[in-house]
Amino acid sequence: MDVVDLARWQFGLTTVVHYFFVPFTISMAFLVAIMQTIWMRTNDERWLRLTKFFGKLLLINLAVGVVTGLVQEFQFGLNWSDFSRFVGDIFGAPLAMEALLAFYLESVFVGVWIFGWGRIPPKIHLATIWITAIATLLSAYFILAANSFMQNPVGYEINEEAGRAELTDIWAVLTNKVTLVTFPHTIFAAFMVGGAVVAAVAMWHLVKGRHEPAAATPGGPSDPGPFRKALRIGAVTVLIGGVGTAVSGDIQGKIMTEVQPMKMAAAEALYETQEPAPLSLFTVGTLDGSRALYSIEIPQLLSFLSTGSFEGEVRGINDIQEEYEELYGPGEYAPNIPATYWTFRLMIGFGVGAAMIAAWQLWATRRGQVPTSRWALRATVALPFLPLLANTLGWIFTEMGRQPWLVFGLMPTASGVTPGSTTGEVLATLITFTVLYAGLTWLWIWLLVKHARPGLPDVSAEAEWGRGSVRSDGDAEPADDTDRPLTFAY
Amino acid sequence: MDLATFWFVLVAILWIGYLVLEGFDFGVGMLTRRFARDDTERRVLINTIGPVWDGNEVWMVTAVGATFAAFPEWYATAWSSYYLPLVLVLVLLILRGLAFEYRAKHDSHRWRQWWDGAIFWGSAGPAFFWGVLLAGFAQGLPLDSNHDFVGDMTDIITPYTVLGGVVTLLLSVLHGAHYVALKTVGDIRDRARIVAARVAVLAVAVTGGFATWTVSLRGDGSFTWLAMLTGGVTLGLLAAGLVITRRREGWAFAASFAAIAGVGIVLFASLYPQVVPSTVDASGSLTVAGASSTEYTLTVMTWVAVPLVPLVLLYQGWVYWTFRRRIGIQHIAPAGASQH
Repeated sequence: MDVVDLARWQFGLTTVVHYFFVPFTISMAFLVAIMQTIWMRTNDERWLRLTKFFGKLLLINLAVGVVTGLVQEFQFGLNWSDFSRFVGDIFGAPLAMEALLAFYLESVFVGVWIFGWGRIPPKIHLATIWITAIATLLSAYFILAANSFMQNPVGYEINEEAGRAELTDIWAVLTNKVTLVTFPHTIFAAFMVGGAVVAAVAMWHLVKGRHEPAAATPGGPSDPGPFRKALRIGAVTVLIGGVGTAVSGDIQGKIMTEVQPMKMAAAEALYETQEPAPLSLFTVGTLDGSRALYSIEIPQLLSFLSTGSFEGEVRGINDIQEEYEELYGPGEYAPNIPATYWTFRLMIGFGVGAAMIAAWQLWATRRGQVPTSRWALRATVALPFLPLLANTLGWIFTEMGRQPWLVFGLMPTASGVTPGSTTGEVLATLITFTVLYAGLTWLWIWLLVKHARPGLPDVSAEAEWGRGSVRSDGDAEPADDTDRPLTFAY
Repeated sequence: MDLATFWFVLVAILWIGYLVLEGFDFGVGMLTRRFARDDTERRVLINTIGPVWDGNEVWMVTAVGATFAAFPEWYATAWSSYYLPLVLVLVLLILRGLAFEYRAKHDSHRWRQWWDGAIFWGSAGPAFFWGVLLAGFAQGLPLDSNHDFVGDMTDIITPYTVLGGVVTLLLSVLHGAHYVALKTVGDIRDRARIVAARVAVLAVAVTGGFATWTVSLRGDGSFTWLAMLTGGVTLGLLAAGLVITRRREGWAFAASFAAIAGVGIVLFASLYPQVVPSTVDASGSLTVAGASSTEYTLTVMTWVAVPLVPLVLLYQGWVYWTFRRRIGIQHIAPAGASQH
């Protein structure tokens, strides 16, 4: 492997692992904010218990999301300095905006939320989790605007003398049509992750409560009262997220066909232009993906996905390759076909699978029922991983599908790498990140499971604070309770 | 002042903001080792910075993001040059960030010990290396005419940059001790004052030496006010050492705050109008004008930064106000009891 491959692996690894945590944070921050809001509105302690319980899972995840995000801020300089020089005038702006507008908000206010229990007025405390949640959305928007520039460069001109792309219209960059459609697609998909975690954990406790009636008493750790509510919120979130992801994904397909036709052709491994074109569910092909040996196809579906018409023409790889050779000179302009073909399918498959399990959960728990079969439990445990993998595969598809371009049409991937970086250096840091990130991922799952198992916590201190019957710790110091232990401490 | 210069000042402010804010939480992190006598004391220390450290760290992320937006060449050259030490800093910061959140998430001695190690090394390492890396800019790097780094580790780790690292390390310990004295009650507070007074003596000598060296790097003698600033920083540190022993913790904290800011100003002011001088090829030097983004990008970013930076200061200040109360061992419930 040469430096370019190693640098790509490093970016891919650090970004993919970072993105395990991102959709979880975005969606769970909102779900926890909703739970806390319902508690404040209804004064129903069950919602407070859910807030604290899922809030803890949120924080375990948020911590690892934040620290892996630090690496992202430097990756473009570490291994991709020529890329940074070429697009920095444009690309740096959304990144800096993200830091100034979103990342400060998120990091500052989540600290207040963590430590604010019992210390600040409850309404202000509630505001901090909402600010955190909204900040994650802003963050996502700016990052997607930066990424979309790489998929579909807009609002720039090339300065030949300076050898770089220069920003001419920030508004065009921030309202890139790829951004506008990728944002809802990404956010809906993210909500499937948080919804799935809530639904799966709730279902697990409902089943557990059946086996251990002592835990399932009102106020007990597996109290079915709150967990039924959580299951509904979680499963409905997965379903809404699923529909939203599908609809936005459909629009995205059409825009992709327009701005990156090669990626769409690669998604189907469609070599020859067809009118209408089918979508295959499954193909056994040669290893390089150039020829299908066996395939199950749905006629005309690809035409519909890419053009909106069942009769539409979908251009094939060979056709586009010819066009690009004329446009950009000789070269190989198709991405890795087996990778794009399978990531595209599995993304859709896992997403649909998650929605099906969520729908089944709603049905299986109707009118106070709880499914107790072994398959029910297996499906439940699998549930959070499906949308998580779908999110991951979606990104791998969209990034690998952009190849051989780093910035589509402007900069090939190989030209963006840091000049003078050595295989040894990049390999050493790649190994470091691989070992570290494997450890982090393992730790993340272990801690989440460890803290999901014991069930709902006791919340008497917070409930009292919520009713306003104790002074907040930060209030003017009444002599008798200045030495009272903090409601929350690390 | 043209926009590129304005952004140079803003990037400097962001870095200085990082050094003064994360400086004290690095310091507190380092004090968790010898200074804290048991687990409860360690938890008192961690809880003094618990609500704020993450917001402090964002100053660095923003400094880096602002550099990318306003000076892409600086961003590209800096982080590709500092490759290995930078990755080390990132790894340490990752472990440190996790440590605060994770150390209480599992009840085992070895678990806590591991994360305590992460807090200590994750504070000491970056506190030292950020000094090395920022001093590296002032010292200059071997850059070819393309602004690409052509040296090796010995061009980054030099006596001057190591001294810079020692300065940020010592000032962080001092600043952290002042913070602990300001934010705790009881025995910890008294001991923190003693530690601070002792570190101040050492810090005066090292910081004075480093700042003088930095001024002399300029060589052209046109920056006499830099030299005056250097003297001011040194005197300020001495004053900090004096007031801390007289229970004026707020003033002492302000003094170390100003001292770190002063060192930052000396460093960045000595750079201007360059951002990274090349030590091998004059045409490889990066300047404020040469490394900057276009006028348009800088204008856009100015519109974003001018309202937002004061807003950030405002709400971050509110957080410090909210959590202003001192804490002591009596406020820390036994492990597990407060961990819902």
